[in-house]
Amino acid sequence: MTTISENPQAPAAAAPAKTADRGLIGLLPERTARAVVLAGAALTVASCFLSWTWTPRFPGDLTVYGYPAGLQLQVLVTGVLTVLFALSSYGVKGLGWLTPAGADGAIKFGALATFGTAWFTVAAISVQLGGPVNLEPGGVVLAVATLVTLLAALDLPFKRPAVLPVDPEDTRWDQHKQSRRNRWTAVKAAFAAPHAVKKLPPLPSAVEILIIAVVLGLALSVFTYGIGTEYDELFLGFLITAGLGFAAIGASGLLKQATQLTSKHQNLSIAGAFIAAALFPFTQTDDQYATLGVYILIFATVALGLNIVVGLAGLLDLGYVAFLGVGAYAAALVSGAPTSPFGVHFPFWAAILVGAAASVVFGVLIGAPTLRLRGDYLAIVTLGFGEIFRITVMNTDGTSGPDITNGSNGIASIPNLNLFGFDFGQPHTIAGFTIGRFANYFFLMLLITAVVVLVFRRSGDSRIGRAWVAIREDETAALAMGINGFRVKLIAFALGAGLAGLAGTVQAHVTYTVTPEQYLFAGPIPPNSAFLLAAVVLGGMGTMSGPLVGAALLFLIPNKLQFMGEYQLFAFGVALVLIMRFRPEGIIADKRRQLEFHENDDTHEPAATPAKAGA
Amino acid sequence: MTTTTTKADATAEPAARETVLDARGVTMRFGGLTAVRDVNLTVNSGEIVGLIGPNGAGKTTFFNCLTGLYVPTEGEVRYKGQVLPPKSFKVTAAGIARTFQNIRLFNNMTVLENVLVGRHTRTKEGLWSALLRGPGFKRAEAASEKRAMELLEFIGLADKAQHLAKNLPYGEQRKLEIARALASDPGLILLDEPTAGMNPQETRAAEELIFAIRDMGIAVLVIEHDMRFIFNLCDRVAVLVQGQKLIEGDSQTVQSDERVIAAYLGEPIDETPKAAAPAEDAAPAAGDTTEDAAETEADADAPAEDEAPADDAPAEEGTPADDAPAEDASDADDDTPADAADAAKDAAPGKENDA
Repeated sequence: MTTISENPQAPAAAAPAKTADRGLIGLLPERTARAVVLAGAALTVASCFLSWTWTPRFPGDLTVYGYPAGLQLQVLVTGVLTVLFALSSYGVKGLGWLTPAGADGAIKFGALATFGTAWFTVAAISVQLGGPVNLEPGGVVLAVATLVTLLAALDLPFKRPAVLPVDPEDTRWDQHKQSRRNRWTAVKAAFAAPHAVKKLPPLPSAVEILIIAVVLGLALSVFTYGIGTEYDELFLGFLITAGLGFAAIGASGLLKQATQLTSKHQNLSIAGAFIAAALFPFTQTDDQYATLGVYILIFATVALGLNIVVGLAGLLDLGYVAFLGVGAYAAALVSGAPTSPFGVHFPFWAAILVGAAASVVFGVLIGAPTLRLRGDYLAIVTLGFGEIFRITVMNTDGTSGPDITNGSNGIASIPNLNLFGFDFGQPHTIAGFTIGRFANYFFLMLLITAVVVLVFRRSGDSRIGRAWVAIREDETAALAMGINGFRVKLIAFALGAGLAGLAGTVQAHVTYTVTPEQYLFAGPIPPNSAFLLAAVVLGGMGTMSGPLVGAALLFLIPNKLQFMGEYQLFAFGVALVLIMRFRPEGIIADKRRQLEFHENDDTHEPAATPAKAGA
Repeated sequence: MTTTTTKADATAEPAARETVLDARGVTMRFGGLTAVRDVNLTVNSGEIVGLIGPNGAGKTTFFNCLTGLYVPTEGEVRYKGQVLPPKSFKVTAAGIARTFQNIRLFNNMTVLENVLVGRHTRTKEGLWSALLRGPGFKRAEAASEKRAMELLEFIGLADKAQHLAKNLPYGEQRKLEIARALASDPGLILLDEPTAGMNPQETRAAEELIFAIRDMGIAVLVIEHDMRFIFNLCDRVAVLVQGQKLIEGDSQTVQSDERVIAAYLGEPIDETPKAAAPAEDAAPAAGDTTEDAAETEADADAPAEDEAPADDAPAEEGTPADDAPAEDASDADDDTPADAADAAKDAAPGKENDA
């Protein structure tokens, strides 16, 4: 029996050895494949200067020769990237720095990005205008060129991982599962970087800072482009381009080198990021996108506050948006709004203190009885408290209860802030740029975000932060190490609440009105508990930039893709499931998890970088 | 046996008579089950005390009572004359640190961070000083880090300070847990099976480590199943059977005590019980659980040891022949024979062979 079953295995074991240096599909030999990739990518770039369709009815006007617009621009960027990677793989002098981890993985992702955006465009044109007939020759060239490039890129050889051969004695379903798993491992290996990232040579720090500035500038322009996309197709194309483009840059190893640099100059990078963010309103001609910017900042700031509670201390809080509401209501009540029953008008610094303090008090009140619970119980209780807040606010309207919050009408016409004679309601002209109302609040909110970032970083990297992580990891062991679990958890809870309250005070002024319906557990408009948690999980738990990126994405996607309408929440559910399946650590992996990946690449590296990050 | 560490005795002698831990009449009941019954135990400074007993004897429960994870139903535990508070973090603050039977590290923290968490009770910096980052905060952080690195140096993990705890091999995780416990500057450290699952070389290293800890002036209370290990190591050994303390004394006394042999090996089948007391204790022990039976087999080499190998065991550095019984013992722990009587029968010839 065993001799029989061994026989089929022998050729199976020999076969991978023969194909070890072959590509994923194996149509072309390596040399030809590489040449075809280069030619195809170059042709793609050229096709971006042709007309893709005959009518300007497709948004963005892709009919003009010699002047790429809209989606053509995106294809152009990915095409140029692919060409550069391909040239770098030929060892062209001066381009070696582009691919510190080897070019092949980057080429594949680049080709995939080009293909994805191009074929999305082709499909969109065909669907919108009624058939592929509407493609001009340029569009056909594009479609063929990108397809050929992708196929050739998949022919590039890669190191095949060792896989378990399919056991012929298994049931057919198990065999199917096994072979599918093997195929998936092969695909993953094909797209992986061929070798470990080369360490950056020691550069003068001025050059390093310059590189960081360039990286931040690029990030700002990508973000600005994304936020300014005018129609659905452009935004979807942007998502494809940006997602796969970043994957390509990641596979090339550039991203890792950039991370090395930013973690070396951490404070500087963060300051630079804030400067870049502050430049955002100056890139805009009107207040339309600054509105989005300020809402994203509010959402992101609250998500970062939640990350202290969920990501560091591991307390699953499903009612977090209530603290934002407490802050907003507290600020609204003392803002001098005509509908506020108190009729007082505090200066903003006092209002912000009142808002944050009210949230902290609320946090302690909720936390003190509930934090003795662990895990799921805590989640359910906080969910309940979040709803209690909303319903209480709804009922304190003078008829069902005391008149404090005006019930479901909320507190309307909250006056604009006026700090040191600077009226936030009026547009101002700074250095020739007109800064509108929302841009004013954008700057204020950026300040609050900076405070929250500072609090997150400093508290996370300290005795108390370590205690939080210890509690998250193993509460019993943490107690045995002398950590007063309840006290430490209550501090995390109250701190998170206070930060949300801080953001709430600004939110009240930005939105003019606060109503109980803004503070739901789940709803279509982002700052709600479910979306906040999704932003943290999607972005990366326990990281600083993760929730910021996650919040930006979670806010922009529903805002930009209006056509999704009712299916929005459904689409999010699917997206979250996919993310959890394929990248459970979130978009931005935790420093500690990165450490784990580093260990496989290079044993000397983890000793060097985190030591500096910690200092 | 302890003559190998004469240097330690010299330093430990002056303070040696101070009672560090004093447990009086500790009883722990879970509903109708009495897991620990009226146990008295003292540990003096500069002393290594062992706690042995068959599986399910209540050793870990007793540990949990000492460290505040459980509040004893009756009795009290004093640390240096003070009654211990019933919260485990307060016990650690008072000066008792512990490790766990199944390793409980903070897996996603680095090795250094794990030890830094151990420093928690000995530093005072709260949230405000973390946010404001005054000079006091930086000084305290630097001091903690220095101390943590010293401890990592001490256990030999300094070069892995930035690795994730979960990526360490098993033996190093055990060491790291000890370092984390030491970081709280304890006066007494409780080790719950520090060599479980280790090979003889690692066990020998752990032995050296525990002697070194004792030499630092820290009293040690250790639970272990490895008899060779415990009798090499401990100044005194207490035997816990069925939640009660059977006997306490130096290793010679314990090893030659018939009740201990009975508890581990069961009663000789052919003979009638010699005394009333062992019969009482041994009868439930033998008939109790299959785990007890496994224990019987596991420690079959223990009584054999006191005749021939005991004299030269400390001198030898673990020759293969010497290690074989130890390995058998840990294997036997896992595969529990179904029948208690079978196990006892198996154990008897085993004993003869070893002798």
